[in-house]
Amino acid sequence: MTGGRPTLVFSLLAFGYAFLYAPILSLIVYSFNESRLVTVWAGFSTKWYTSLLHNEQLLGAAWVSLRIAVMNATLAVILGTLAGTALVRLGRFRGRSALALMVGAPLVMPDVILGLASLLLFVAMEQLIGWPAGRGMTTITIAHVTFSLAYVAVIVQSRLVRLDPSLEEAAMDLGAYPWKVFFLITLPLIAPALAAGWLLAFTLSLDDLVIASFVSGPGASTLPMVVYSSVRLGVSPEINALATVVVVLVTVGILITGWLLHRRAARASSRA
Amino acid sequence: MHSHFSNKVRQDILPGLRRRLAPGRGAVSAIPLLWLGLFFGLPFLIILRISLSEAVIGLPPYTALLEWVEGDMPSIRLNLANFALLWQDSLYLDAFLNSVRIAAIATVLCLLLGYPMALGITRVRESLRTPLLLLVILPFWTSFLIRVYAWIGILKGNGLINNLLLWLGLIEEPLRLLHTDLAVYIGIVYAYLPFMVLPLYATLARMDSSLLEAAADLGCRPLCAFWRVTVPLSLPGIIAGSLLVFVPAVGEFVIPDLLGGPDSLMIGKVLWSEFFNNRDWPVAAAVAVALLALLVAPVLLFERFRAKGPAA
Repeated sequence: MTGGRPTLVFSLLAFGYAFLYAPILSLIVYSFNESRLVTVWAGFSTKWYTSLLHNEQLLGAAWVSLRIAVMNATLAVILGTLAGTALVRLGRFRGRSALALMVGAPLVMPDVILGLASLLLFVAMEQLIGWPAGRGMTTITIAHVTFSLAYVAVIVQSRLVRLDPSLEEAAMDLGAYPWKVFFLITLPLIAPALAAGWLLAFTLSLDDLVIASFVSGPGASTLPMVVYSSVRLGVSPEINALATVVVVLVTVGILITGWLLHRRAARASSRA
Repeated sequence: MHSHFSNKVRQDILPGLRRRLAPGRGAVSAIPLLWLGLFFGLPFLIILRISLSEAVIGLPPYTALLEWVEGDMPSIRLNLANFALLWQDSLYLDAFLNSVRIAAIATVLCLLLGYPMALGITRVRESLRTPLLLLVILPFWTSFLIRVYAWIGILKGNGLINNLLLWLGLIEEPLRLLHTDLAVYIGIVYAYLPFMVLPLYATLARMDSSLLEAAADLGCRPLCAFWRVTVPLSLPGIIAGSLLVFVPAVGEFVIPDLLGGPDSLMIGKVLWSEFFNNRDWPVAAAVAVALLALLVAPVLLFERFRAKGPAA
């Protein structure tokens, strides 16, 4: 390698990973701490996990968040796939630049603006047409879909651009209708992108505090909203236990996904 | 002749016609356009309208809106008082300037850490690159709120860093780390580092290494080759990564709220408290409009880079 002096680069690389993982490790370690004072070690204990299991408010909020996240991810994949396909495959059409802008902007738009904008829309709509009546899970889901479909569209777009068009053209030349080509040829080819988009939309929704706080109503507190109100009061070992559960679930999920993708790639290369 | 013509119809014209007249074609673009127009485009017009209306003191904000929607529709009265307030009350101007300053410093720090990381990943064995990239992304999949929260336990008065320094005898009294600008920088760098590393890695991995060899052959030392070849070629990645960090960081709420101090307000937090604590919707809307105006240039710049290069 012509890297010259790679030691500096590699030590900064190591520092970067330490920086990324030390806080997460400290959360995990202190979730097993006996003492309520999070930073004083008082012996090993799993009591915070037990109390987490009995925290009705947190569990209820987690259930609300999960349902919103699943609905959001599913709708976002459908709409995002349409948007990505339109931008890559339709050439020029009316509203193309508007669509491109509205797909790109939510990626960098601050949450507070998205949240306030969505809320003002819902309030105005309720006064004009009576829907949505009140705010809660429906309004949170709509607001989440609106920004997460942009992420799905970007993923689908980059997959479609790299796709070999000859397969679709062949099907078209053999007389298949475009919708049939899309469902039988294009969709299976971009399936990994759709799966990645679904997971990303799911995570974004599960993770959002700001937008949900704006558009939520009474009785619809999401998990981040409950965590936030408890975190504001200070460090709590129960939140550490919750964080550990989340980290373990995410790691296992990513390992399984990585293993499946690896197996798929290995099978594809052995077939070739 | 006849069969040639019918062949041509079957092979060239019919598929083209099918493509153009397909019943679903319009819907593919119309459905996302309708959704985004209704739930993303229209709200910005409403924000603009409400930022120009008056707050009704003592009434719940709903009532003020009702009057606006039903009473004022035909005769549009524009009220610039909210924007005048933003300009005159130093609280808002300071919060804007603070946000830009803090986001800019945090973006530079993020670049200083993210660049060597992305460069380091391109220099390891091929088989190690994907796992290393996954390790950069993995924290992003865990909760943002929890990752910011982790720093409270590390930075607070009797937190990990202070305990360690006291134990080592380097300090006599706990340092004030939490609720400072430093804590906000750390929080932003920590939360947004993946957004910096990924676009940088994408441009650095595409770079032709023979260019560096050519520079070396022509007598350029490694450091000079880095400045004159590597950095200029990775400029698109630097710009994309910096904008992906800077723009959301300017309007960030959670990080300054949990880690920041009372003396350096950021605009996202001001908007939040105007809305939730003061219940002044028109001023909150005016803050949002001003923030949008501030971010229009960087967002459009980001769009141009995204449209040109591959999606990061």
